[in-house]
Amino acid sequence: MNLSSVRIALRGIVANKLRSFLTTLGIGIGVGSVIVLVAVGSGSAVASRKSLEALGSNLLTVRTGGFGFGARGGTQSATYSITDSDVTALENKQNAPDVAEVVPAVNVSSESIVYNGATDTPSTISGTTTNFSSVRNYPVQWGSWFTQQQYDTHANVVVLGLTDVKDLVGQNAVGSALVGQQVLIGGSSFDVIGVFKSKGTNGFQDQDSIAIMPLTTARDTFVGNNGTISGVTVQAKSAGRATAAQTEVTDVLVAQHPGSSSTDFSVLNQASALQAVSTNNRTFTVLLAAVAGISLLVGGIGVMNIMLVTVTERTREIGIRKAVGARHGHILTQFLVEATLLAGIGGVLGAVGGIALSAFVKIDNVVPVVEPYSVVLALAFAIGVGLFFGSYPANRAAKLRPIDALRYE
Amino acid sequence: MTMATDHPVIAVRDITKVYGEGDTEVRALRGISLDIFPGGYVAIMGASGSGKSTLMHILGCLDVPSSGRYLLDGMDVSRLDDFALSVVRNRKIGFVFQSFNLIPRTSAFANVELPMVYANVSKEERQERALAALVKVGLGHRGDALPNQLSGGQQQRVAIARAIATNPAMILADEPTGALDSVSTGEVLELFEGLNEEGRTVIMITHEPDVAARARRLIRLRDGLVVEDTTHRAVVAGFGAERSAVR
Repeated sequence: MNLSSVRIALRGIVANKLRSFLTTLGIGIGVGSVIVLVAVGSGSAVASRKSLEALGSNLLTVRTGGFGFGARGGTQSATYSITDSDVTALENKQNAPDVAEVVPAVNVSSESIVYNGATDTPSTISGTTTNFSSVRNYPVQWGSWFTQQQYDTHANVVVLGLTDVKDLVGQNAVGSALVGQQVLIGGSSFDVIGVFKSKGTNGFQDQDSIAIMPLTTARDTFVGNNGTISGVTVQAKSAGRATAAQTEVTDVLVAQHPGSSSTDFSVLNQASALQAVSTNNRTFTVLLAAVAGISLLVGGIGVMNIMLVTVTERTREIGIRKAVGARHGHILTQFLVEATLLAGIGGVLGAVGGIALSAFVKIDNVVPVVEPYSVVLALAFAIGVGLFFGSYPANRAAKLRPIDALRYE
Repeated sequence: MTMATDHPVIAVRDITKVYGEGDTEVRALRGISLDIFPGGYVAIMGASGSGKSTLMHILGCLDVPSSGRYLLDGMDVSRLDDFALSVVRNRKIGFVFQSFNLIPRTSAFANVELPMVYANVSKEERQERALAALVKVGLGHRGDALPNQLSGGQQQRVAIARAIATNPAMILADEPTGALDSVSTGEVLELFEGLNEEGRTVIMITHEPDVAARARRLIRLRDGLVVEDTTHRAVVAGFGAERSAVR
């Protein structure tokens, strides 16, 4: 291939601007969608990884029943509740040597916070123990976290998330606006003693829409002193001991509840959940890329179609070129270069468009992450498509007999 | 013809061309032998179906004969494959067609350059020779023009420039004036005569007797055979006088 054949091919492309543009568009859409969809896949992988990491490190989450992804689900063969005595058993180092911290929580469902006429319903209202803040990685930025004394005295204190403060005071409110103020939760008066440092979204949920109070208070005021717990977060001694801790927690819970089996409790290990999520996401990304790849293939068929038309249209030109001495290779190269240029230009336009689109598109908190490999792969694939789908028409052109081609009208 | 000592540009020995098989068999050429020497100016005439187009395709190395031998410039080209025929067409033959056959949307200059591109002539030499050829046909100033911006006569002159740019052993013209008015026809024929006077071999296929009459030798075909082969220098002189008058 030399410069002349590129120039000849370019002239062929420019000669039919609209047609070349549309063919290029087909490839461009293919390449662009590969890049955008892979970016969306990677973005959602990042989002779900973040949401799991945001729970804290080395954490196991214990619930009754099975675990669905991201929400409580599954079926229970019998009803077992996690109780205070389970928590005590889990805290026993004899039973569970790899467990560092146990954080029980009771959920207060669908209560609203009222302040000065404004109402806010946080995604989460829970009662928990004093180690929640450190284990679950919810540091208090304004005011203070509740003390063991406040816990023991069932004090009506609450720590809010930044979103709640803004909902109650105004969108421009600073974090400290409500600290020291009183709010009503489900009709009871609470002192706001602190506001958590903002954690933003985890990709699925606003983590700043939260209200946490002592577990003792939550029982007194809302759920009753029945001794049951909604869920327990267990911190393993280290990430490496998480799997061992998982086994210990399951064993302890089964031993605590005669007649139960390990399937009655779910102990979600973050490390394995992360792995499962990333496997899921990889499958998801590959699937998206495959769908996009199909559109690239369709674009390639478009290239082939247009090249066949071009070869037919330019049969006479091919005859002239052959008459003045063009060899098989010259004609083959000319049309192959033309097809590859069409696909290549489409690929570059598609890549630029795909990267630009990825920067603007945002689907449900998933921010697309453009993967360099997807750009390289899509471009290479586009050029490959041009070569592959261009080779048949180009070969057909090159094989034309000059006298037949010259006679063609 | 004075150059009997030279070896012929074209030496055709008993060539035949058969299309199809069995009942549909068509014998386009039934055994033609010809010698054309360097500097010859030959017109080949014949009614349609006489085989003159087939002969022209074979002489132009666009096709090969079914049997017989064809020596072009001393080389046997009757059994060459497609690749070798392309090279021969490129180096030895300059084509001029009835319908000009310039590449559309491509400047006159680029059209003249084209055979040299395929011959891998260096860019500088290519441009030099293309310009010289265009100047020779009187279109040195129209190199940038596209074919559709040129008149028929001008297009045919570009085609002649393209044919001579590679300095071929012969110029093969297939009805070169068939699509031209009388003025353009005169110009084109003058060009051929000028080229012939420089010593170039010109072979022209035509069905117009007055065009054929300006050649120095006339070969007439009928049913795939040569039925007349006359050299008539005197006639050329006569037409030369008439040509001066027209001019």
